[in-house]
Amino acid sequence: MKTCLVVDDSSVVRKIARRILEGLEFQVTEAEDGSKALEICQRQLPDAVLLDWNMPVMDGFEFMGHMRRLPGGDQPKVVFCTTENNVAHIAQALSGGANEYIMKPFDKDIIADKFAEVGLIPVGQAMV
Amino acid sequence: MTPTEYEYLRKFLKDNSGLDLSADKQYLIESRLLPLARKAGLSGIPELVQKLHGGSRTLITDVVEAMTTNETFFFRDKVPFDHFRDTIMPEVIKARAARRSVRIWCAAGSTGQEPYSLAMSLKEMGAALTGWRIEIIATDLSQEVLEKARAGIYSQFEVQRGLPIQMLMKYFKQNGETWQINPELRAMIQHRQLNLLHDFAQLGTFDVIFCRNVLIYFDQDTKINIFNRLARQIEPDGFLVLGAAETVVGLTDTFRPIPERRGLYKPNDPRAAAAKPALAGAAPRMAIMAGR
Repeated sequence: MKTCLVVDDSSVVRKIARRILEGLEFQVTEAEDGSKALEICQRQLPDAVLLDWNMPVMDGFEFMGHMRRLPGGDQPKVVFCTTENNVAHIAQALSGGANEYIMKPFDKDIIADKFAEVGLIPVGQAMV
Repeated sequence: MTPTEYEYLRKFLKDNSGLDLSADKQYLIESRLLPLARKAGLSGIPELVQKLHGGSRTLITDVVEAMTTNETFFFRDKVPFDHFRDTIMPEVIKARAARRSVRIWCAAGSTGQEPYSLAMSLKEMGAALTGWRIEIIATDLSQEVLEKARAGIYSQFEVQRGLPIQMLMKYFKQNGETWQINPELRAMIQHRQLNLLHDFAQLGTFDVIFCRNVLIYFDQDTKINIFNRLARQIEPDGFLVLGAAETVVGLTDTFRPIPERRGLYKPNDPRAAAAKPALAGAAPRMAIMAGR
């Protein structure tokens, strides 16, 4: 079973994301900010990170930079999932090492499409 | 909705759009037509049926447009676009090296996601197509849908279905909450209104025809007829692309599936196909339908 770390300061968003990702057969862990997410990654890297941008303590972009520098930190697929929906933010995320980018609000279809796009789930599964 | 009203709508849609609903699609009619009825200030489906009986022209168009499905997104099903990049275009580039032109028809172009996906795929091929004349013709039954396709403006929601983020960044311009495809890509596509039940010989012949997820709504005779007419609009070495749930097998000998390329078909030699008597009878029936 693949693992996905959901990083978002909203417990509601984490809960919705968890439900969707468990439906796509991911084992889900949660973190409420970038710093807590980094602690989890230092113990064990997930296959995927669904990552909010604006969070207290450490934001998503800073977290991604730290995570990418961990041994094996280039492996996890990072999918941003944020209300920051402008070209400047998207470009910054991609050049900083993000694999995909979701602009909130999101639903199951968008998550499935984006996860299929980066090879986390088979394409067929995205169409269910 | 009473069974009589349902039957009336079924027949109405069959006659006006070729849409062939099975006996159990009440929910589909209700989900599409109830909002329309409300918008028109009608109490519900029964009153809508009455108005259609009365022959209200605008309402007829609205009903047909509402019932013609437009569920579509960028690079839908992905596999056909992989075939386009890895199988179809390499062969076309080789075969058309002398005249350096390619004609593509999206026969159910809908709101534009499919033709624009093809345009983006072609752009991604870069230098291999430099100096080529590329023509993409996208047709759809619905005028409203064509206008959306022409504008190439999509909601944030729509650009997140099937479209890789790099392509969004490369080929779209953000305008508030919407995204518009670049003028360069819009210029690659001609949008035209067309009912597949009617004659389409005037479109000319194509190297590639995408005809996905539209034939599933037609009955068998109509499907056969459309396949046979598509065969006349395709180059002998061209490609036909059908939807995942569609096939020519058991319907016509004018096309044959390409092994290990799901959804991809080649035209058969017309003389060989004509020799088979199985197809006789399909054309006259179509003539009747088209004459309505």
